[in-house]
Amino acid sequence: MLMGLYNYWIVVVLMMVGFYIVIAHGNLIKKIVGLSIFQTSVFIFYISMAKVEGGTAPILAEGIRQYSNPLPHVLILTAIVVGIATTALGLALAVRIKEAYGSIEEEDIQKKDNLDC
Amino acid sequence: MKDLFAVIMLSGIYGLLSASFFVSMDAVDVAFTEASVGAGISTLLMLVAITMTGRTENPSRHKPLLALAVVIVTGSLLIYGTLDMPYFGSAQAPIHQHVAPRYINDSMQEVGVPNIVTSVLASYRAFDTFGEVVVIFTAGMGVLALLSAVRRPRDVAEIDSFNKSMYEEHLILRIVAKMLIPFILLFALYVQFHGDYGPGGGFQAGVIFAAAIILYAMLFGMNTARRVINQSFIQLFAAIGVLLYGSVGVISLLNGKNFLDYSILSADPIAGQHLGILLIELGVGFTVASVMVIIFFNFAGRRNNQQNKENNDSC
Repeated sequence: MLMGLYNYWIVVVLMMVGFYIVIAHGNLIKKIVGLSIFQTSVFIFYISMAKVEGGTAPILAEGIRQYSNPLPHVLILTAIVVGIATTALGLALAVRIKEAYGSIEEEDIQKKDNLDC
Repeated sequence: MKDLFAVIMLSGIYGLLSASFFVSMDAVDVAFTEASVGAGISTLLMLVAITMTGRTENPSRHKPLLALAVVIVTGSLLIYGTLDMPYFGSAQAPIHQHVAPRYINDSMQEVGVPNIVTSVLASYRAFDTFGEVVVIFTAGMGVLALLSAVRRPRDVAEIDSFNKSMYEEHLILRIVAKMLIPFILLFALYVQFHGDYGPGGGFQAGVIFAAAIILYAMLFGMNTARRVINQSFIQLFAAIGVLLYGSVGVISLLNGKNFLDYSILSADPIAGQHLGILLIELGVGFTVASVMVIIFFNFAGRRNNQQNKENNDSC
């Protein structure tokens, strides 16, 4: 019966892939990609909770009894667009860091900072 | 993988895949958004970003074992935590017991819009959505503050020669795009105004609209695109979107109802709801489309400036 939980396991695996990229890589662009994978895993988590067996998309129509839960859809719909806006902000920061330090590798940036002191 | 270009392409494919995930889990509105955002705009922005930050990743010197251990421990704790969760697709899960039945059963009488996602987004939880729109607006302003470079006035002749050289390459792409762009814009408008009845709404329409403009800017050069769409004009539009949304709320407040309670906008409460949803979706569409265009223009404009600087240095 444990197989009924497989959706959460997919989410956990995706989330950990994103988490690993964020903590193990020094490149800022890669970190942002990792963050967006993490983000998508949370989206999948919400949407998979909204799913009801035998339900259809939450658009009212004749002759349909069972709908999926519309609330998580609303939350995630807005979260996706907010996510891209904040990702763009992160990329903008990375571009500025590249201009200021000449590198987007975490180690190089730290080295430069230490030299300045 | 050390080549960031491949990484970004893969993440675009991943975005498209997760969109099909969402379709199979009945979330059509979400899938729509994810397809246009995850596979479209975000891939594009990352590509523009790596043209400025460099394409390859340095080999890292710290050991990945510690990170791997942290990830595995966290992951197994999370999996242990899921053991108490309700099964996938179960109709008895707690999430389906609170407000969802009211949205599903009563939204037709209370709001009168067949797409429940739209009625929850724009009417029941409109205040929430207002916050999200403000966040998008703020992020757009942040990008503007970080990347907006002072544009040096350049000779018109230079722009013209640039355009001419551009016209000779990518001829097929340009002609196809010229035919497609009106239809993309039309489709965006359809998505915007049909959001009440089918999947769609201001968020998706805004992103699609912005995609059409970005496509134009990519194929015909930034300077031509700037001449079509003025930068300050588009900034004004981003603010007008938020203002429109907020003022609908203030109007219902002044008429003695709650903030963003649209029933007062018309004599018939249902017609009022329709009008309110239309107006705020329009506000959302304005803001999202203009913020996306602002973000792209600033990234690309930064890149042009950098290239010019390099050219000047080498001369």
